[in-house]
Order: sequence, then structure tokens, then C-alpha cells
Amino acid sequence: MSRYKIHLLVCGGTGCHSSESNLVYEMLRDELERKGLEKDVQVIRTGCFGFCEKGPILKILPDNTFYTQVKPSDAKEIIDEHIIKGRRVYRLLYTDPETEEHVPDSKQMDFYKKQLRIALRNCGTIDPENIDESIARDAYQALGKALTEYTPSETIDLIKRSGLRGRGGAGFPTGLKWEIAAKNNADRKYVVCNADEGDPGAFMDRSILEGDPHSVLEAMAICGYCIGATKGLIYIRAEYPLAIKRLKIAIAQAQEYGLLGEHILGADFSFDVTLRYGAGAFVCGEETALIHSMEGKRGEPSNKPPFPAQSGYLGKPTNVNNVETLANIPAIILKGAEWFSSIGTERSKGTKVFALAGKINNVGLIEVPMGITLREIIYEIGGGVKNGKKFKAVQTGGPSGGCLTEKHLDTPIDYESLTAAGSMMGSGGMIVLDEDDCMVSVAKFYLGFIVDESCGKCAPCRIGNKRLHETLGKITAGKGTQDDIEKLRNLGSVIKDASLCGLGQTSPNPVLSTLDNFMEEYLEHVHDKKCRSGRCRDLLYYVISKEDCIGCMACKRVCPTHAISGEKKEAHVINQDVCIKCGACMEKCQFDAISLMNDYPRVSATAAQTITES
Amino acid sequence: MDGIKTLADLKKKQEEVMSRMSLRDRAENPESLVQVKVAMATCGIASGAKEVMEYFIEELYKRKIDAVVTQTGCMGYCFAEPTVEISLPGREAIVFGYVDTRKADEIIERYIKEGELVDGIIPQNYNTI
Ligand SMILES: Cc1cc2nc3c(=O)[nH]c(=O)nc-3n(C[C@H](O)[C@H](O)[C@H](O)COP(=O)(O)O)c2cc1C
Ligand code: SF4
Ligand code: SF4
Ligand code: SF4
Ligand code: FES
Repeated sequence: MSRYKIHLLVCGGTGCHSSESNLVYEMLRDELERKGLEKDVQVIRTGCFGFCEKGPILKILPDNTFYTQVKPSDAKEIIDEHIIKGRRVYRLLYTDPETEEHVPDSKQMDFYKKQLRIALRNCGTIDPENIDESIARDAYQALGKALTEYTPSETIDLIKRSGLRGRGGAGFPTGLKWEIAAKNNADRKYVVCNADEGDPGAFMDRSILEGDPHSVLEAMAICGYCIGATKGLIYIRAEYPLAIKRLKIAIAQAQEYGLLGEHILGADFSFDVTLRYGAGAFVCGEETALIHSMEGKRGEPSNKPPFPAQSGYLGKPTNVNNVETLANIPAIILKGAEWFSSIGTERSKGTKVFALAGKINNVGLIEVPMGITLREIIYEIGGGVKNGKKFKAVQTGGPSGGCLTEKHLDTPIDYESLTAAGSMMGSGGMIVLDEDDCMVSVAKFYLGFIVDESCGKCAPCRIGNKRLHETLGKITAGKGTQDDIEKLRNLGSVIKDASLCGLGQTSPNPVLSTLDNFMEEYLEHVHDKKCRSGRCRDLLYYVISKEDCIGCMACKRVCPTHAISGEKKEAHVINQDVCIKCGACMEKCQFDAISLMNDYPRVSATAAQTITES
Repeated sequence: MDGIKTLADLKKKQEEVMSRMSLRDRAENPESLVQVKVAMATCGIASGAKEVMEYFIEELYKRKIDAVVTQTGCMGYCFAEPTVEISLPGREAIVFGYVDTRKADEIIERYIKEGELVDGIIPQNYNTI
């Protein structure tokens, strides 16, 4: 038998897909065929490497070469140089942001060094459309082990001991959740996988489903065995076509092998999985809303209790778990509860996948042990803040999370510490903000999202968030008052307490945490009418530079409001109280003496008076 | 195929498909394995490096030695092509010259398995012709 000597792993995740990785794949195959190397070199499409921003990614094994931003037209050079002559194509290698040197292989990339991949263990190393590759990597072994060696309650006990908690946001202990569902007797029960992933910018669940769908199917079957369910449903948003396609293929292949269906692995256990599509509303990720949506009702949350584990889909006990939570299960069963619980902190075990984004050098998907610090994530894995700017904050937990600052950089991250710092784990979004970001605008952005996504069922969330958003708008427009700041705080805490579901209960977090950590920016906006980052357009000022102005008076003549004063051949001054920011003066000035600034030389009230009078 | 009816079937299936993945598993931690680098530049290919590389891959697999076989560019020892660099875990890399399949067999049996030095080593600092 002839064995492949070299494997070319082309990323087939959504990110790289959209930057033509498919064409790269085709071109590589064509080129290999042309050179008669198709028997020596295998080309496969994998799931996401987590490095999407620099996609398409091509990894070459066994030498672990990591090529980024590969274009279809690079295929020939890669085959000629790397494959045939064994010389790396340097211009395609990843460049370390700090040393600005090419990094030849992924083993030496800081991005991967500190990562620990459990949920993402197979993403980027297997062909997700080929069940055999998953089987080679232990897929369905954990299910086999549970079915043959453990009773359902022993399996639940193992999950409990591992300390695994839900990765969908709330962090509820998974084993306990299964136990409750198992104890509720019913003729039918359901296992639901929550693949709604509504957080803007989050794509961890999508990447798992695209890169390693069998890990989720297997975990659902294990859950079914534990709680006594024979039907699994995956609620996935229709905007994830690639994940849906891969899931369909995976389900069909598992059924063909008999790993889903009747009498799985010879045991008295049957289980099957079907897909349900969501229309992509954020609130439909909330489990009760999700269940209503699957039942064909409006996707609105309802009161808990009853919890889904008591009365869920079609009124039957239903266990809802997040994709990432499930992806951990097979690894825990195979490697043991003790192995898993040895990773992480006292109360948060294992790892967490984060989507690192914003002003950071290495944007991407990372999986790190709980208890890692933000500093390690941002400066080591993330490669630091982009363009050498100053770090300001990191927004975690998605639209209803909060902003952490410099002083939180060394806090070990887990569910409790993030909550204590005024944010939350959420599903794992992590957006780095630098000195150019305005914290009031950031809060306004998230509130805008919440206002759009609130289902409107309860008043505190529907009306309250709208008021919060308006007030933030007022402040960023320079029309805010001290009362508005008080209002934000009071209203925020009312919304938190009085809303029906998790969306409303956490929606004021971006406002409250920025008030806590960046009060000085709010005060500046309100009292000095100043936005230090220059983000708020209404708080920019036309200012004449004393040095550059030659006193030609051209600007003074065009100003429609007579805001400009100054004598011939003397530096002119704009009276900001009168200026309407029409920009006419800047256009007119031929000496580039007028610019838009985030502040202007403030003169005392009496001095200002004399200027206007003169 | 007939389907996987028992855990034993699943394990059998895994064995079957394992070998196609083993290269990927091994690539995860090459430092702990025997690394064989075959110089495959034009000069190397012309002098039979391709057959040598194939030989290493097949034989190391057959003789159950955990190894990673990769190709490199021209190492600058063109006079001695095909050349092969071998790194055993925890040891300095050694370059062998004029490697043909017979030499490769000797390298596997004596150097890789036993750690004995065999003829044909090119001194590392010697790289002019
Ligand atoms: C507004 C809102 C949106 C949510 N969106 C998601 C989501 O997209 N994916 C998810 O897994 N959980 C989401 N959740 C959490 C779910 O309600 C539920 O707690 C979770 O799916 C349970 O799985 P876990 O225990 O494995 O985390 C959301 C919750 C709220 C309140
Ligand atoms: S809190 Fe908001 S999203 Fe939740 S039920 Fe009330 S209105 Fe709907
Ligand atoms: S921006 Fe318009 S109003 Fe303001 S000073 Fe210039 S010309 Fe006058
Ligand atoms: S047009 Fe420019 S140079 Fe002339 S007075 Fe105005 S600011 Fe000064
Ligand atoms: S989609 Fe290719 S690296 Fe993420």
C-alpha cells in the first residue's frame, strides 16, 4: 500500500471558505495531479484553525508548516517549492507581530503555545465530512464505553465529578442538569443541542460543528443514554449553511454505520438526531424561547420554573446543552473525570473557547484552560494590541457582558471572577478595545443590539433598554446632563431585577460596567462636552492652529454664523458656542490651519466674552 | 461496509482507518520521535532521494518505529546527494550522505534502532564543495 507522505490541510471553515479556500483546495489537487503526486500527497479540507482573519489557512504535515492568506494562485508555487523541493514559501508564513519574523511552523506560534484544545481537539486536523477520520480520532468510543461499562447513573456521576459546567452562558453544572432530566419520568424525553449562537462576533459553536460534528452527535447520544431519551434535536440558525451541511453529512454517515439509530453498538439503546432551523434571533438562544421556536410558536421566553428538564419540548422533559459543552463530553468519558477536573480553577473546570476580536494582533478562535489571565490571552496568545496602541478594555460575554480594564488583566478567568468583575463568561466573545475606542459609544452599540433583539414580551426590557439607549445617544451627542448618568444607573438596575429572561436581566451590563470602570469618560462627555477618543462626531471641534494660521481672513468671510474672529495677519479663533460645525471654514483655508479636534483650547468665560465682542 | 454493530467492530474500524491519520498524530509532537529529513531539492531528486524517502516511510512503518519523515530543501551537500538528516530524540541531528536504500536499511537498523554510528556521516561544519 502506498502511504501519503505529506498531508495538506486546507481550512474549510466558514471564514476561510469565504476567502476562497475551496479554490485553493481545487488548485492544489489539480497541481498535484499534473505533477503525478496525487498518490503521495493527500489534500483534505478541515474545520477552522481559529486563525480565520489570516485565512485561507494551509497547514502542511508532518513538518507543521503554517501558511496564511493563501491564494488559489499560490498553489503552483507551494507544490513546486515546498512539496517537490522541500523549501518553504516564506512570504506565506505567519509573521510574528512582535519580532516581525516569519514563523515556520505552528508549534512555534505564540497563538497556539498557550492553548489547550479539548472542545476544539479535532478542529483543523480532520476532514469533518469523513466519519472514518473522526473514528480514527476516537469518535464514538466514549459512547461505546458508556454503553458497555457504565450505567446511565454512573455516567452522570462521572460528568458530575468532572465539574463540567454549561458553556452556553449560565455555567450550570452539566452533570446535575442531566441528573434532573433523568429523574423526571416520562414516556418521551428530548436532548436538545443549542446551536443558535446569537452573540454578534461569536463563532465557537459554528467552528465546532463545522470542524468536528461527530463529537456533538456522540455527546448527544451519551446524554440520551443517561437521561433516557431517544430523540435528539439540534437547533441551529439557518445562517450557518456550512455547519448545517456538515451536520447532515455527519448524521447520514453515522446512521449508515449504525452509530445512530436502533440498538447502537449492540446495546439496548436507540437514538437519532434531527435538525431544526432557527431564523437567527438572539433571544431564541434562550432555552425556553428556543423550545417555543421549535414547537412552531413565537420565539419568546417563558417563566422558569418549569425548567425544560421538567417540561420542555412538547411538554416533555428536555435537556438543553450548548454545542461546546457537548463537545467536551466524549473527552471526559474517555480520559476520566479526574483528568478534566485537574484542569482549571476551583469552581470552573476544563477549558473555554473564546472568540478573540477587536484591536488585537491575532484575531481568532482560541481554547484556553480556565484560570488563565486576560494578560496571557491578550499579550501572549493574542500578540498584543494592534499597531502598538494602548490597551483600554476588553469586552467579554457578548452583548450582555461587561468591560474589564487594566486592573483586571491579572485576574484568573473563570465564571465567578468574571461575574465579580461586572462582566460574565457568556458564550465567550472577547473584544479588545484600545485608546481610540469611546466607552460610552461601546455601551451604546451593545444597547442598540439589545433594543433590536428584545422580544418585547416584558416592559422593563422592551421600554427600559430603549430609554437606556436614548440616554446614551444623548450623552454621545453632547446633550447629556449629570441627571442622565444617574438615570442610567437607576434604570439599569431596575431592568436587571425586573426582566423576565436572561436577555433583559443582563442587558444593562455594558452600561453598568462602563459606568463603574470609566466614569471619567461619562463625566467628560456630559460636563466638558468632550470625547477623548474622538469617536463621538458631535463632540469634535473645528479648531484653528495658532502656528499655522497666517490671518488671511478667508475663513472668517465664509463662516455663516460669524463664529470666527481675528485681525488681519493674526491667528484667528473659532467661538465654539456659535460654531455650527458646517465645515465651510476648513474647506476654505488654504494653509491647512483648521482641523477637527476632540478638544479645543478652553478660555475662561470673561476672555471668551471679549473675543465675541471684539 | 456492513455497519458497526458492536464496540469490537468500532475498535476494528478504528484500527483500519488509523494508519491514514497516524502521520497527523505524529506531527503533533515531532520532538519526541525519530525525525528523518530527506533533502529533496532538484539535485536530491535527480540522485534518487525520492526512492530513499519512500523507503524510509515504508520501512519505518513496517518495522514499527515512530518516526516523522519530512523533506527539506537542498542542504548544501549536493556532492553527497542523496543526503538524509536524522534526529533521534534528545540528540544532535546527524547528516548522512550518499544514501541509497541499502544505506537506509543500515541507518534504520544500526543508527536509529541501536544508536550506533555508521559510515557516511557528513561533518556538520563542512559545507563547501
Ligand atoms: C438571551 C439569551 C441568549 C442565549 N443564547 C444562547 C446561545 O446562543 N447558545 C447557547 O448555547 N446558549 C444560549 N443561552 C443560554 C441558554 O438559555 C441555556 O442556558 C444553554 O443553552 C444551556 O446549555 P449549557 O448548560 O450547556 O450552557 C442564551 C441565554 C439567553 C438568556
Ligand atoms: S427580558 Fe426582554 S427578551 Fe426577555 S422576555 Fe422580556 S422582553 Fe423578551
Ligand atoms: S465650521 Fe462652519 S460655523 Fe464653525 S467656524 Fe467653521 S465656518 Fe463657522
Ligand atoms: S483661512 Fe486659514 S489661514 Fe486664513 S485666517 Fe482662516 S484659519 Fe487662518
Ligand atoms: S475558518 Fe479557516 S481558520 Fe477559521
